[in-house]
Amino acid sequence: MGAIAIAEPNRAVIDERAHIIEGLAAILPGENLITDARELVPYETDGFTAYSRVPMAVVLPETTEEVSRILAFCNEQGVAVVPRGAGTSLCGGAIPNEDCIVLGVAKMSRVLDVDYANRTARVEAGITNIAISQHVGENGFFYAPDPSSQLACTIAGNIAMNSGGAHCLKYGVTTNNLLGVKLVLVDGTVVEIGGEHLDASGYDLLALVCGSEGQLGVVTEATVRILPMAEGARPVLFGFGSSAAAGACVADIIAAGIVPVAMEFMDKPAIEITESFAHAGYPLDAEAMLIIEVEGSDEEMDAALARIVEIARRHDVQTVKESKSATETAQIWKGRKSAFGATGKIADYICMDGTIPTGRLHEVLPRIGEICRGYGLRVANVFHAGDGNLHPLILYNVNDPEDAMRAEMAGNDILTLCVEVGGCLTGEHGVGIEKRDLMHHQFTAADMDQQLRVRAVFDRKGILNPGKVFPLDAKIAAESELQAA
Amino acid sequence: MTLLLPESEAEAAAMVGGASAPLRLEGGGTRAALGRAIQTAGTLSSRKLTGVTLYEPAEMVIGARAGTPLAEIEAVLADKNQTLAFEPMDHRPLFASEGEPTIGAIAAANVSGPRRVFAGAARDSLIGIRFVNGRGQIIKNGGRVMKNVTGLDLVKLHAGAMGTLGLLTEVIFKVSPRPPATATLIYHDLDDARANALMCAAMGTPFEITGAAHLPAGIGDERARTLLRLEGFPEQLDYRSGRLRDLFDAYGTPERLDGDPAAALWREVRDVRALVEPFDHAVWRLSVPPRLGAGLTERLRGTLDCRVLYDWSGGLVWLGLAEDDDAGAATIRAAVHDTGGHGTLVRGSAELRGRIPVFPPEPAAIAKLTAGIKASHDPKGLFNPGLIHPGA
Repeated sequence: MGAIAIAEPNRAVIDERAHIIEGLAAILPGENLITDARELVPYETDGFTAYSRVPMAVVLPETTEEVSRILAFCNEQGVAVVPRGAGTSLCGGAIPNEDCIVLGVAKMSRVLDVDYANRTARVEAGITNIAISQHVGENGFFYAPDPSSQLACTIAGNIAMNSGGAHCLKYGVTTNNLLGVKLVLVDGTVVEIGGEHLDASGYDLLALVCGSEGQLGVVTEATVRILPMAEGARPVLFGFGSSAAAGACVADIIAAGIVPVAMEFMDKPAIEITESFAHAGYPLDAEAMLIIEVEGSDEEMDAALARIVEIARRHDVQTVKESKSATETAQIWKGRKSAFGATGKIADYICMDGTIPTGRLHEVLPRIGEICRGYGLRVANVFHAGDGNLHPLILYNVNDPEDAMRAEMAGNDILTLCVEVGGCLTGEHGVGIEKRDLMHHQFTAADMDQQLRVRAVFDRKGILNPGKVFPLDAKIAAESELQAA
Repeated sequence: MTLLLPESEAEAAAMVGGASAPLRLEGGGTRAALGRAIQTAGTLSSRKLTGVTLYEPAEMVIGARAGTPLAEIEAVLADKNQTLAFEPMDHRPLFASEGEPTIGAIAAANVSGPRRVFAGAARDSLIGIRFVNGRGQIIKNGGRVMKNVTGLDLVKLHAGAMGTLGLLTEVIFKVSPRPPATATLIYHDLDDARANALMCAAMGTPFEITGAAHLPAGIGDERARTLLRLEGFPEQLDYRSGRLRDLFDAYGTPERLDGDPAAALWREVRDVRALVEPFDHAVWRLSVPPRLGAGLTERLRGTLDCRVLYDWSGGLVWLGLAEDDDAGAATIRAAVHDTGGHGTLVRGSAELRGRIPVFPPEPAAIAKLTAGIKASHDPKGLFNPGLIHPGA
């Protein structure tokens, strides 16, 4: 257990539990309302497992209409609602409190319509990320954002956190691939935002909802961009004698006008951990490794890789290993995509998610090492090199409360460092409860006040996913205080 | 009429803090005719807030004060073989306006061009802003890194808000490599429906079409032209144009145009040159699901005498017609509504822009959110009041 506070639950609401459950039971069939203490346990936390609270009840609606009635009821009763996709959040974005109900969208998981001429798919929000690509794959299309948790995570969760992935250097993150949503507002009103056309009319509410961590409404349907698959894709492994050389290579590739579909970085500890797990042929003698993937026809990939290899040679690359088959390609990516799982095999870890300007990499990486050593901890670094999104994995022992506390403190120091060098607290995981108390490092009181005011337009009482994103004591400043300031 | 020309962000904040009457916010003023016709006692311009504040080619990011001329940004980027991916439209021909378009206005009006269909709009490239809100506070959101999900995304909210939420003082954009070469395939004599089908099918291939436009007969040329643009390394373009030629041979044999003539043609599409004249005609911009573009204009042509040009694979329909009565507003809005898209009156007389909604009217629940967001930023209604909707 660490240092992040969870708000004191409202006893008056908990006292009304029977009445609240009765109200929910009038909306949903019994099998979609969970109230049994044992069955509630799986919903007490998400991927940020160090913190947990058992909610009063869990509802699993199957229609937008049910979501609307649930929210209207809870809003009227003053009951907080924690929306949940698959519960894979690494920042505690779906952790409930004892006075909350959890609203899971996992039972709404159908593909509603695919329009290849428009390159769009309309889906229910509980569908998994991978299921969209699987659905349109036989026609040569895919959905681009690919978070590591894509087998399990839902589009609802992706929209809430504006998720990214390894391939967003070329294809962008969720907000760049989302065209429309059906959104249920806190009072139960259902609104359609966007659609199959490209541009918003009026204020870009879609962009505001994307990444709002479930605090503006509950998304029940989404229209997403689907893209034609490239003719082929080929990753290459590059081993370098130093992180600085790998970083300089990335900068030169971009300067040469080449934007590979992915450029993934791993440091030595990450290489060792993943290689022993995935046996992908990673260079164990390297201090740093890049996986660079290009797309196109065979000839196009040959040409692009020739350019990239030439640049890498200028940076004293030690190992160059090009995938020669689909199996090798799968192995190379298996190593990277299982980095978190592989790390979990050797120790408990927390996964950081800050972003830095890539030009500061050569100073930030050593400082991350120093920070962790200062707490007596080990760290492995994997990150999206093209966009500077770092994922330091801090290894610790979950059964040692002091060790856990040190890991959390090291993580905070790393994220503060990210902000200090011009980056941000979170590149793709979201703020949740994990980074909530660090927000003042990145934002002034006025910056946060402006965001809180926008949030209040959607949810004045703060019923939707409370206790996340903003510090617990954050509240909108009175106009009189602002005038004085 | 007061003209406020702050030379620093702090000065801009002080001017807003001291303002007691509504202000028109503008950059270079080249798009002043966009939106509902409004009257204000004063104008607050960002045009003296100039200069590139950050440019890291290897990080593909540029930041500049809002009043920096777009031309300066493009020159700085071109020097390092980079560009703004969204290919912003120049509104000067359409409005016969003068002056220098500014980077802040590109952000505020979310101005994009043909490459938007491939690379996203201005809002997709915009990653950081600083602005002065209606309380005179300086606010920042987003930043200089392209992956950033910290807090609410006010960056994209301000893109397209037309300065109704704040005075942008600094903007940061993600940039892209400048394509080393381009090739445009031009198919001739297709009717609109066939052209629409070709564009949508081509966008569904792996060949990364970065522009798909259709200019019907009489729009810039006697013959109808359907344009598909490829960008990349020269050998790549030969390969890809060959593949497209083979795949779509049922649509005829395309002519291939490269280099400056092709670039000039795409500028004509971008700036809707074909609809500039006659100058007293209204121009509408319709954003619809791409495959429905041609069907929509077929329906409109049943009752309206209009000239059309398609971009974005059919998803952007430009419509020019005489400004009689409501300039087709009722007919156009009804037809566009049926596609799920929306229409904006881009050019019209001030009289017309005062009389009919310029932007699509919003359903009640959305209008309530719009009003709330406006009030959250600008409680006294200082900025561009009524520019988008009466009251917003």
